[in-house]
Amino acid sequence: MLNKYPLWKYLLIVFVLALGVFYAMPNLYPDDPALQISSQKATSVVDERVINKVTKALEASGVPLKEAELTSAGATFRFNNGEDQLAANPIVSSVLGDAYVSALNLVPTTPEWLSAFGAGPAKLGLDLRGGVHFLLEVDTPAALQQRFIVAASEMKTSLRQQRIRYRSVEVDGGVLSIRFLKQDDLDLALSMLEDEFEEYLYSTQELDGEFYLEARFSEISKQEIEAYALQQNLTTLRNRVNELGVAEPLVQRQGSNRIVVELPGVQDTAAAKRIIGATANLEFRLEAGLEETTSNIEEMSFRNETGRTARLERDIIITGESVSDASSSFDENGQPQVNINLDSKGGKQMSKVTRTAVGRSMAVVFIEHKSRSRFVEVDGKLVEERQSFSEKGIISLATIQSTLGNAFRITGLNGPRESSDLALLLRAGALAAPIYFVEERTIGPSLGAENIRLGMVSAQIGLLVVMLFMLVYYKVFGIFANISLAMNIVLLMACMSLLSATLTLPGIAGIVLTMGMAVDANVLIFSRIKEEMAAGTPNQQAIHSGFNRAFTTIFDANITTLLVAVILFAVGTGPVKGFAVTLSLGILTSMFTAIVVTRAQINLVYGGRKDKRLYI
Amino acid sequence: MKVSNIPFMAMRKVVAALSLLLIVISIVSLSTKGLEFGLDFTGGTLVEVAYEVAPDLDQVRQSLADNGYGDVVVQNFGSSTDVVVRLADVFTPTLGDEVLLALQQESAGVELMRSEFVGAQVGEELREQGGLGMLLALAIVMLYVAVRFQYKFSVASVAALAHDVVITLGVFSVLGMEFDLTVLAALLAVVGYSLNDTIVVCDRIRENFRIMRDIETVDLINESINQTLGRTLITSLTTMFTLLVLFFFGGEAIHSFAFALLVGVVIGTYSSVFVAANLLIAQNLTKEDLIPTPKEEFEDEMP
Repeated sequence: MLNKYPLWKYLLIVFVLALGVFYAMPNLYPDDPALQISSQKATSVVDERVINKVTKALEASGVPLKEAELTSAGATFRFNNGEDQLAANPIVSSVLGDAYVSALNLVPTTPEWLSAFGAGPAKLGLDLRGGVHFLLEVDTPAALQQRFIVAASEMKTSLRQQRIRYRSVEVDGGVLSIRFLKQDDLDLALSMLEDEFEEYLYSTQELDGEFYLEARFSEISKQEIEAYALQQNLTTLRNRVNELGVAEPLVQRQGSNRIVVELPGVQDTAAAKRIIGATANLEFRLEAGLEETTSNIEEMSFRNETGRTARLERDIIITGESVSDASSSFDENGQPQVNINLDSKGGKQMSKVTRTAVGRSMAVVFIEHKSRSRFVEVDGKLVEERQSFSEKGIISLATIQSTLGNAFRITGLNGPRESSDLALLLRAGALAAPIYFVEERTIGPSLGAENIRLGMVSAQIGLLVVMLFMLVYYKVFGIFANISLAMNIVLLMACMSLLSATLTLPGIAGIVLTMGMAVDANVLIFSRIKEEMAAGTPNQQAIHSGFNRAFTTIFDANITTLLVAVILFAVGTGPVKGFAVTLSLGILTSMFTAIVVTRAQINLVYGGRKDKRLYI
Repeated sequence: MKVSNIPFMAMRKVVAALSLLLIVISIVSLSTKGLEFGLDFTGGTLVEVAYEVAPDLDQVRQSLADNGYGDVVVQNFGSSTDVVVRLADVFTPTLGDEVLLALQQESAGVELMRSEFVGAQVGEELREQGGLGMLLALAIVMLYVAVRFQYKFSVASVAALAHDVVITLGVFSVLGMEFDLTVLAALLAVVGYSLNDTIVVCDRIRENFRIMRDIETVDLINESINQTLGRTLITSLTTMFTLLVLFFFGGEAIHSFAFALLVGVVIGTYSSVFVAANLLIAQNLTKEDLIPTPKEEFEDEMP
C-alpha cells in the first residue's frame, strides 16, 4: 500500500535513533575538574597507599575531595569545582614529591552503563577548554649540518687509522671538503671513504697544486636524515610533554618539517615553551694535556665565570644521549646538582676513558642550539632569515679522582630551576635538530568557558527560532520536520562522540548553521507535496511523488555542499577543521533524518488513509 | 500553494547590470584598498586580556609604551573590560608573555583570555592555502555539476559562486572588516550554501526541459525559478535566522564569521535566482543539451 513502511523499517529507524540518543547522552554529563597522578619512574607505582596519602593531606588542608580512584594510567582525584582543583594541585605535588607528576584535567563523568558500551562525550577543542597550541618548525638544514660535523670527525679518525695523510677537513654549506697534498693520498682516501661512508656522493678536483675530495649528501640520504631528524624530534617532544604531566596532550607531525603540540589546560605557557623548545645538551670532554696538538684543542669559556677559559680536547667522551636517567637535587653545600645515570654503552665508554685519565680533569660542557631571526630586504621585500648558532659553555671542570662508572653527579648549575630543567631534558632526550616556534595560541580557561556558554545559548535560540518558524509555516508537517531536526542534532552529537571528533567554537557555529540548512530538505519535499496537491493529485499520491521528486534535488544539492565541506576540512586548521567536521556530519545526518525519519512519521500518521486532510 | 509568476527573466538585463556593478566595485576596492587581513594571515602577536573594571585604553597604551612597546594597537574586544593588544611586524614567540607581564604589573586583576603568535611564514602559507582551497572547491564543483548535469550548467553555477565570493570579499574590503581564518571558512560555507540553492534551481530547469514542450527557454527558466522560489526563500529565511542568532549571541569570536555568512547567504540567494539562470540563457541552453542525459538514475535508492 502507498505510504506504508513495513514494521521492520519502523523498528530499524527507532533502533538507529535510540542508538543516537544513547551515544549522544554522555555529552549531557558535565566534566569534573580533576588531578591526574602518574608515576615518573619505574620504581614508583601509583597504588592505594598513594591515594591514602593524598586523601589525608587534602583533608588536613581542608580541600574537599569528591572522589579518588585508581585508573590504568595512575590515579584520578575529582573535585567539585575548579577552585578546589587549583588549591589541591600544590598540596598534592608537595606530598608526592618528584617521583610523581600531577596534571590538571577535566575528567568525564559518563556513568558506567554508558561507558561500558564505548559511549563518551565529544572532545572539546582548545578554544572551548583552554590550553596551548604550538606549531614548531624543525630546522632540517641544521640537522644536515650537524650530521656533516659528526661525519667530518669520523672521517678524520678513519684517515688517521689508515695512515692517509690529509691537510684539513672543512665543512662549508652542503659540502665537506678534504684537502690533500698528493694525488695518491686522495685516491687512497676516496676508495676507503666510498666503502666506509656510503651515504655521500664524492667528487674530486685539483686547485693550485692541491687536491680536494668533496663529499655531498645524495638526495636520498638527505631525505633520510631529514625524516630521521623529524622523527627523533617527535619522540623527544613526546617524552618532554609527558614529563610536563599534561593530560591528553597532542604531539603530531604536520607536513614535511613541522610538529604540532597541543597541551589542553596548560596555563604556564612560558614554562611549557622553555621545556619544549629547549635544545640543551651535555658533552663530557677531557681537559687537553700539554702535549696535545693545537688542531685537537678547543678553547672554551665557563658559563658562570666571565673571563675564565679552559683548553679542552675536541674528542667527546659521551654526550647527553647516553644518559639513561637524571634527577635534580642539592649537594651537601646546598648547591643544585644533577644526578646522572648512564646507559651501559655510555658507562663502558666513560670508564674506559677515565681509567687512563685519573688525575686529569674532565669538563662538562653545556650546549644550547639557538637561532636568531632577522629581516633582510630581498628585491624590496622583507624576508625572514634565520641563523642558527650554538652556545657552548663549561659548567664544571673537576679532577677525576677515580674511574667513573654508570652513575655520577654534576654541579655548577645556575640555580635549582636550571638543574631541574636539565635533568628533565636529559631524561627526555635531546632534539636531533633545533626547532622554532612558528605559531602559538593560548586560550585562557575563562575564555573557553565563555565560548561554551555563548555557543550553547546560540544553539538553543537558533533551534527555537527555526522550530517556531517551521511550526507556523507547515503546521502538522512542521511538527514532523521539527522532530526530525531534533533527531538530527542528537545523531550529529552521537557521531561526534563516536568518531571522537573535536568540537570547537566554529564547530558549534557549524551545528547552528546546519539547523538552518537541515530543514532545507524538508522544505523541498513539502513544497513538492504542496505543488502536487495544487495540481489536483490525491493526497497519498502527492506525498509519495513529493518525496520521490525531491530526492534527486536533495541528493545533488547535499553532495556538492559535502564536497565543499571536505575541501574545507583538508585546507583548514584547528577550529576551522572543527567547523568542517560538524558541517559535513550535519549534512549526512540531516539527509537521513529529513528524508527517512520525516517519511516514517508521515507514513505513520497519514499512510494508507484515503480521506485524511493534510495539514501542510 | 500558489506558484508565483514573477517575470524574473524580463529583468535580467537590469539585474546583470547590477551584478556587474557590484563586482566592479568589489574588484576596485579589493585592488586599491585590499582586505584587512587578520593575524592568521599577516603574522604577528595578539594578546587578549580581561580587566576587572574597564580600563582607560589610553592609559594601557601609555603603560605599554613605557615598557617599550610603542607600535601597538589597543582596542576593546566585545566589552569594555576586554582589551586586545596587537603587535604586527614583530615575530618573537615570547612577546605575548612579555606584554601580558607588563600589563599585569601595571594593574592587578588582569586575566589572560588568549594570546596568539603567528610567524610571518605561516601567515603567508595560510593565505596561499586558503586561496588554493577556494579554487580547488570551485574546480571540483564545476566537475561534479558537469558530470551530473551538463557543462553549461557547470559554467553557470561556478560563475554564480565566483560572483558570490567576489562580492562578499568586496563587502569585507569596503567595510574594512577583519578577514581571518574563520571568515575564510565562512566563505567556503557560502560557496556550499549558494551552490545548494543553485543546484535546486538547475535541477528544476533540467526536469522542466524533460516534461514541458513547446516553450521558449527563457519562459521555461522563468517558470522553474518561480516554482522553486518558495523553497529558496524559506530555506534562506531559516538559515538567516540561525545566522542572526549567531551574529547577536555567538560572541565576538564568531562575529565576522556570522557576518560573512549573512552577506554570503543574501548574495547567494540572489545569485541562484538571477545570476545562474541568466548565464544559462547567455549560453543558449537548449533542450538538445539535456536529451542525452540518462534519466533519473537514483530512482531505486528511494527511501
